[in-house]
Amino acid sequence: MARNLVRIANGQGFWGDSVDAPVALVERGGIDYLTLDYLAEVTMSIMQRQKRKDPRAGYATDFVDLMKRVLRPCKEKGIRVIANAGGVNPSACRERVLEAARALGVRVKIATVEGDDILPRLDELIGAGEALASMDTGRPLSDVKDKVLSANAYIATFALAEALDTGADVVITGRCTDPGLTLAPMIHEFGWKADDWDRLAAGTVAGHIIECGAQTTGGNYTRWWEVPALELGGYPVVEAAPSGEFIVTKQPGTGGLVNVAAVTEQILYEMGDPSRYISADCVIDFRTIRLEDAGPDRVRVFGIEGSPATDTYKVSISWLNGYKASGQLTISGPFALAKARRCAEIVWKRLEKTGARFDETSTEYLGIDSCHGPIAPAAEDPGEVVLRLGAKGKDQAAIERFGKELAPLVTAGPPGVTGFAGGRPKPQEIVAYWPALIPKSRIETRVRVEES
Amino acid sequence: MARIRLHEIAHARSGDKGDSSNVGIFVFTQEAYEVLLREVTAARVKSHFGPLVKGRVDRYELPNLLALNFILHDSLGGGGSESLKNDAQGKTHGQALLLMEIEVPDAVLSRYPLRTAGPPPSAG
Repeated sequence: MARNLVRIANGQGFWGDSVDAPVALVERGGIDYLTLDYLAEVTMSIMQRQKRKDPRAGYATDFVDLMKRVLRPCKEKGIRVIANAGGVNPSACRERVLEAARALGVRVKIATVEGDDILPRLDELIGAGEALASMDTGRPLSDVKDKVLSANAYIATFALAEALDTGADVVITGRCTDPGLTLAPMIHEFGWKADDWDRLAAGTVAGHIIECGAQTTGGNYTRWWEVPALELGGYPVVEAAPSGEFIVTKQPGTGGLVNVAAVTEQILYEMGDPSRYISADCVIDFRTIRLEDAGPDRVRVFGIEGSPATDTYKVSISWLNGYKASGQLTISGPFALAKARRCAEIVWKRLEKTGARFDETSTEYLGIDSCHGPIAPAAEDPGEVVLRLGAKGKDQAAIERFGKELAPLVTAGPPGVTGFAGGRPKPQEIVAYWPALIPKSRIETRVRVEES
Repeated sequence: MARIRLHEIAHARSGDKGDSSNVGIFVFTQEAYEVLLREVTAARVKSHFGPLVKGRVDRYELPNLLALNFILHDSLGGGGSESLKNDAQGKTHGQALLLMEIEVPDAVLSRYPLRTAGPPPSAG
């Protein structure tokens, strides 16, 4: 029988988020699904590189470590896991989790969703007339094709729901929409259809609200001093109903807070035109979202209207676009800021003499105005300043040369200079982002199930 | 009429979209929202951010949330991994907007439920 309430938690907002948060969610229980988001644009390119070196790599390794900790309690409590931890190699990720399950003596069924990774198909797609033009510049992908590191379509959430339909305990995907991790269990449990635009919109908004973990439960809250026990902050839970209405909350006994203001802040996060939030599954009008206080740490969300999905998927492509490096020095004592400005001048003048040329450089004074420029209130005679210098360009040797010019300041510049730890800044590859669109008809997803 | 900083009445959050950042702000009463609509225009936000925003500023209205959303184009030095900036993702642009000064009628302020000058001394 179909459920009339499904409880979906997010335990990971990005790769690098708290490793203990998902464990705490499972221990406290009272949830049906645990969603985990590991992927960002840069992550995909790193994973493609790892996979090129080792065909068994290219997924979020943290996820396997986490599964070792929670597979048994999840199985016992009936909590199903949905994670985009597969990166560019979901099947390798599945094999590692299966190995972990066998070692633990836990029987699990794992489904993978594939088909988002179009890197191996780029020649075929371009040959078939897909320009994969940059949504920012309009340039066709063929301009930079030999520098492309990764290319993934944000696939429809129905593929994830299909994976849940197999009865899998754990669903591992590559690139899907972030809110899709939360929407998928609603489609699966409530039997929503591909043209249930309002409900799909509601489930997508639910996912949008919890996809960044603690950012909806008191993290980053404007009136931060009012948030109780942030050090014990709970992660968000959505209680979803078949109608599309849902409650945003957190587990009892955890720190942080969930109120209308906290949920509003997160709705506004990374928003573009609110009248047309385009996802793979529908288009949402964020001006229809209604919020209501529903008791302590509970917010009711309702009234959401959606409209038909577009006929394209967004594609996230990463490509190699030169090199960069940045490094810093701490300058202290009398006239610290004046000394820091003199240090910067010395570095750039010396580099000019070497003939090293850069596309762009940056000179920032941390503690003074690096974040807010002239908006920052003037700091009069600070006790210390961190000077942060950066350079980028196509010429790796020039960036390398830049990295060698900071440390000499400790002995050759004004007095009171320190904090040169960690060695010379090394050139890093710049992984540039190339958003594009592809007709949905070009993408076919596959679900595969394996048991331990 | 009182001259206050936005942080005394508004909440904000910001994030990135490629080389643009977005800043959402909202207040808690309808009459304060009308003040926002009048005072916090795209042109004033553009001038508040000065050299931090190299492109244009777009403003969107969400009356259902008493909120405004601003897109600050070309404000992240390339954005993401391409940027040399300390704040490459515009995480702090919301806080920057809260430093903006606006004119608010005294009556709106006196009826406002949540005015604050900041954290109490014991907070941090």
